[in-house]
Amino acid sequence: MSSFGSPRDSERGEPDSSLLDSGIDLADLEVAPTRHFSRWVWSFAALVLVAMGANLLITNEQFQWDVVAEYLFSPVILRGVRLTLVLTVASMAIGISLGIVLAVMRTSNASLLRAVSSAYLWFFRGTPLLVQLIFWFNLGALLPELSLGIPFGPSFMSWETNSVISPLMAALLGLGLNEAAYMAEVVRAGLLSVDEGQVEAAQALGMKPTLTLRRIVMPQAMRVIIPPTGSRTIQMLKTSSLVSVLALPELLHSAQVVYSRTFQTIPLLVVASIWYLFFTTVLSAIQRRIEAHYARGSSRHVVDTTPRWKRSLGRFSILKPSSSNQAEVDDD
Amino acid sequence: MTEPVVVARGVRKRFGSIEALRDITLDVQAGEVVCLLGPSGSGKSTFLRAINHLERISGGYLLVNGHLVGYRMKGNKLYETSVDETCARRAEIGMVFQNFNLFPHMTVLGNVVEAPQRVLKLKRETAIERATALLDRVGLSDKLESYPRQLSGGQQQRVAIARALAMEPRLMLFDEPTSALDPELVAEVLNVMTDLARDGMTMIVVTHEIGFALEVADRVVFMDEGIVVEEGSPEEVLSNPMHERTRSFLSRVL
Repeated sequence: MSSFGSPRDSERGEPDSSLLDSGIDLADLEVAPTRHFSRWVWSFAALVLVAMGANLLITNEQFQWDVVAEYLFSPVILRGVRLTLVLTVASMAIGISLGIVLAVMRTSNASLLRAVSSAYLWFFRGTPLLVQLIFWFNLGALLPELSLGIPFGPSFMSWETNSVISPLMAALLGLGLNEAAYMAEVVRAGLLSVDEGQVEAAQALGMKPTLTLRRIVMPQAMRVIIPPTGSRTIQMLKTSSLVSVLALPELLHSAQVVYSRTFQTIPLLVVASIWYLFFTTVLSAIQRRIEAHYARGSSRHVVDTTPRWKRSLGRFSILKPSSSNQAEVDDD
Repeated sequence: MTEPVVVARGVRKRFGSIEALRDITLDVQAGEVVCLLGPSGSGKSTFLRAINHLERISGGYLLVNGHLVGYRMKGNKLYETSVDETCARRAEIGMVFQNFNLFPHMTVLGNVVEAPQRVLKLKRETAIERATALLDRVGLSDKLESYPRQLSGGQQQRVAIARALAMEPRLMLFDEPTSALDPELVAEVLNVMTDLARDGMTMIVVTHEIGFALEVADRVVFMDEGIVVEEGSPEEVLSNPMHERTRSFLSRVL
């Protein structure tokens, strides 16, 4: 091990360069395919685990697949599905609108607005959503009456809190206000991604701040905002199951109502899971489409927007010969 | 004699402890082309941006078209005006940036139509007519539906000039309009600017293009460390500079 570069040669006894004089036709040398031994071992191990899982699904009678089939499209479950979708859409709508306001406040020059926005984020991201949901549900204990009027002055109208804060209202407040804190960060990242020169150019043309935001900044920020918003929507679909603690008959609670009566816990959880999986799959597909659409505008390169499953079909040459340009895209 | 388009008296600008502008006094007459020269950090871009209030000033008096931009005088103090008033004043001043700053999500035509339609409230057809004519004038009538990213730097800067002209400004500000361009694309932008100058547009140009200054400018202003060191006809300042600082700058850029 005296000089660098040589240990290998000395272990093997002879340097590779000695082949030059050996008389072998060196131009005829071929490269043997690389063997991925460990890859085979791990793949086999994974296959065994998958087989065990499949075996469990088929042979374990506790899944009661007939019960799953019976309840999958039952009215009570479908009503739950509908409420879950309503909660997802409405909470995201609240979250996105309030998130935009919070993000604009956060990027404002007024330090008080920035501080208020930061405090909001600090609170809503720093406490568990479940705690917030229960808090909203019990708002009546804190404020017995809600009233509309001049701050610190007279009030014009007032309601009893418990009549306003229904479980649905508590769920929307909890999910929506919490989501706003996260969406604020998403929107802020989008706003910051737009070059300052864009705002200056708009100002130099005499455009007012609101017009600049609406016509120049927001459309460009959308490219950065949309992908995480899609992920958060998918997240919200699943998170909405938390409001089952408010006895709101969304998907999970509907399943719970049935199994508390029939004691078929596992099959009903499977029913709920199938619906969650169905909608997250659909939403993911939509999100991939939207992302591909926005990626198209952002670069001069051609982006393949063919869905992934179609592309993988193309790899089986019998089904569909893969075109040369697709291969190029795959290489990228 | 008519009132100057730009009147600057003792304009000052401080960034923290740094004095970017110290007592700038300058008049620009209607139809005049003034080139601002000077080393980087001399305050020429800051002064240009102060003219349309992209940069607040710390003191002094700055009139454009007979109006203060972004300020109102009360007693002997300047107060910032409402955003609406500032925007109205800015709409009368065209500006072209070093990095073009075209709106990437809009077509070339969309870029030029946007402000006339939404700030001047022109009818869309009128705005399109005006934009088409201007884009034809800068030689881009075949690129109306292209997006900025599909254009060369020189083409983008010509769109930016058309976009500024669509507001029918009485003054055009150019902030190093050719500095971000590949050398072979500089000429096409300078040609458009030369045509504009010949048509009688009042222009203030921050530039390093000495050739353009010699050929087109009516007056050259040499700035350094936030003051006007020297000003005069291009021949005087560029061929026969009086000050040592002007001389050493010119020897470096020529």
